[in-house]
Amino acid sequence: MEFFKYTRTFNFMGKSKIAMVLSIVLVLASIALLVTKGLNYGVDFAGGTIVQVKYETAAPIDVMREKLKSNEIFSGASITEFGSPDEVVIRMKSTAGSVTVDIGDISREALKGTGNFEIRRVDIVGPTVGAELKEKGIMSLLLAILGILIYVAFRFEWRFAVASIVALVHDISIALGAITLVGLDVNLDVLAALLTLLGYSLNDTIIVFDRIREGVTKSKNIDLTSIVNESVTRTLARTTLTSLTTFFVVFTLFMFGGEIIHAFAFTLLVGVIVGTYSSIFVASPILIWFGFDVKNYHVKLASKAKREAEKQRMRDQYESGVM
Amino acid sequence: MKLNYRIVVFALAIVFGIVFSAPSLLQTEGKKVTLGLDLQGGLHMLLGVKTEEATKSRIKSIAASVKHFAERQDILIDNLKFSESTVSFSILDTDDTKSVTEFLKEVEGSTIAVNGENFSLSLTQEEIAKTEKEAITQAIETIRNRLDQFGLAEPVVARQGEEKILVQLAGIKTQEEEQRARELISRAAKLELMAVDEARAARVYNMSNADAAEYGDVILEDAKNPEIKYLVREIPILDGGMLTDASMGFDKNNRPLINFKLNAEGAEIFGDFTGRSVGKRLAVVLDGKVYSAPNINERIGGGSGQISGSYTVMEAKDLAIALRSGSLLAPIYLMEKRSVGPSLGADSIRASLVALVGGFVLVIIFMMVYYRMAGVIANIALIANLFILLAVMSLFGATLTLPGMAGIVLTVGMAVDANVIISERIRELIYEGKSMHKAIEDGYSNAMRAILDANITTLIASVVLYAYGTGAIKGFAITMSIGILASMLTAILGTHGIYEMLESKIQKSKNNRFWFGIKG
Repeated sequence: MEFFKYTRTFNFMGKSKIAMVLSIVLVLASIALLVTKGLNYGVDFAGGTIVQVKYETAAPIDVMREKLKSNEIFSGASITEFGSPDEVVIRMKSTAGSVTVDIGDISREALKGTGNFEIRRVDIVGPTVGAELKEKGIMSLLLAILGILIYVAFRFEWRFAVASIVALVHDISIALGAITLVGLDVNLDVLAALLTLLGYSLNDTIIVFDRIREGVTKSKNIDLTSIVNESVTRTLARTTLTSLTTFFVVFTLFMFGGEIIHAFAFTLLVGVIVGTYSSIFVASPILIWFGFDVKNYHVKLASKAKREAEKQRMRDQYESGVM
Repeated sequence: MKLNYRIVVFALAIVFGIVFSAPSLLQTEGKKVTLGLDLQGGLHMLLGVKTEEATKSRIKSIAASVKHFAERQDILIDNLKFSESTVSFSILDTDDTKSVTEFLKEVEGSTIAVNGENFSLSLTQEEIAKTEKEAITQAIETIRNRLDQFGLAEPVVARQGEEKILVQLAGIKTQEEEQRARELISRAAKLELMAVDEARAARVYNMSNADAAEYGDVILEDAKNPEIKYLVREIPILDGGMLTDASMGFDKNNRPLINFKLNAEGAEIFGDFTGRSVGKRLAVVLDGKVYSAPNINERIGGGSGQISGSYTVMEAKDLAIALRSGSLLAPIYLMEKRSVGPSLGADSIRASLVALVGGFVLVIIFMMVYYRMAGVIANIALIANLFILLAVMSLFGATLTLPGMAGIVLTVGMAVDANVIISERIRELIYEGKSMHKAIEDGYSNAMRAILDANITTLIASVVLYAYGTGAIKGFAITMSIGILASMLTAILGTHGIYEMLESKIQKSKNNRFWFGIKG
């Protein structure tokens, strides 16, 4: 089967202005959402308590609310459905510091008489731990970006590195915007998804950049735009196919992976789509706008080759004893 | 068909994968992947230590030893008091200054100030820091000792960072079991034998804590009935540090109690005290509650005693464990707790397996339909990849968490990427009219650079995630990293080997459609 038989070069860069507008609108909208609505930090980062309760039948949320009022520990607690009508989570800002007094036991006591239920999960994250996890999380994102930046700059050229980082920031902003829009809890798993997205999106970008590098090195053509168009076209099949297989698995994870993995899968789902788009329409145009100069690069390559040749000649001379 | 080094390495890798993943897959003997607490259910806790309490209790025990010293040497002292990090007292006869100073000098890490008949001893900052540090180390040791005797398989007790203690208990099945474990861990198990202040005991119900403090006493509640109060001397006769053994026994009415034994020093102090205090009461205090306060009828030598109380056999057993493993120098508190019931863990395993199988089948079918034989070869690499991933994890005894499962699912989607890149390169070269042989060789070499760069950057992100991640997230980073490395082996080397082996067949058939799913 062939979806993309390479017959002619598509003019992707011709569409880059429209893409640019779309990207800017999406990123700005995401930032606006982040500023106005804000990320909904879950217990991992904000600290707090979660009690997950599963009933044999649909959970009587109203009765539960009434019952929880009896104990002031639960003041300000929210009860929401979790995945299915018979499962709920109780969320609280407060955290208990005692090892022996358990919020799970207290909940079981308080909910007595609301039906047959089982307390399946209790998460308590104290404020210091939450703050620490948040700090570590931000650090890990920055470090990953830095590491990648250095690697790409080393393997390609600094403009490639900067362009791929812009694409990454673009992807992460939009993914965060989407998370804010649907109001998902941001926990450690979402952070893991963001880091995966980082790796994935970069993967895509690098495959395209590799083609561009190849095109720049091999072809006599010095028009970067046409090289980029050709490279993007030639990698289009791969980009689409890999995105498709990744999308398949992320989608099954999203559909069947269970409620706990839901936020993770959602973040990746958005990430796969945005990451694919950005490697074509964000990273590559930026490379052009940064004024990557093919002619200059050719000269550089030539002089590098010359230096190498010179070195080799010296070495040969040295080895044969002629100085 | 001909053999080549690639296919040999690939075949070895597959054998490795199958052999070492078998214990985990078939649950046979051998090294297995451990399931994370989120998959098998269990309790994860991060505990903090109130280290300042350790200094306080150190000071208290210094005060107790000063008192004992003075009594033995018949030195009359007065106003023995202690605060956060200082013990102070005065002597009545300044002739004793020398021997008292000698004695105080023995106390490590302290500075002594003598002003006439007034003495004060303070712990240095370094000593306080050292005491606090020791309190954490001791808490880890103690909790580990207690949990080892609790009867769970492989409890994890480890230091995390400078001053946190990580406790992980897998396989906790019931709420009661969890409650027991938590009580056992957090119990201070601080045993103190204290003298009842008989001169003022009658007035205890009319006294405030401040009144009691003025006499150097404290008011303690009875363990069974908080209404009953005792007035005891604040500085204990001796404490649990001198305990050598504790075990559960039964009294004559067959009620459980705890027998304890003291070391030689403790036995001596205990003997001296009881000899001096016949007719008075001795309070057996555990964690600040009076368990019993029997009358002393005679000098008790031998250094053994009992703690009676109305507990169940289970409670008495746990209490004996706690006493035996030593008391916590400082109380602990909860910083983080995650407990997952076994049924939720089972649900998570089921859900993630459905996702894994579903995603896997979709990818396999897609690759076969799109690339025909090239797809089949890529699928072989993918399956080999999963076996190798599982084998490596089993060998390292890595922990498989729910995010780890997600990592495996993701690996399935991304591992075929290398083969997609290679197959597309080969197709391109075939379009250009290259021979099959040339197309395959050049396809691999053209694709190599891109695959390496792409995988290394993903690896960078995974390594950072591993270094900065905690708990379950680390599991995700592990599966991702191993998956990427395994995919480089299977997808690049393995498939290339298969093509080389089949080369003569491919050359002969000239059926591009069959081999690479393209026309012509």
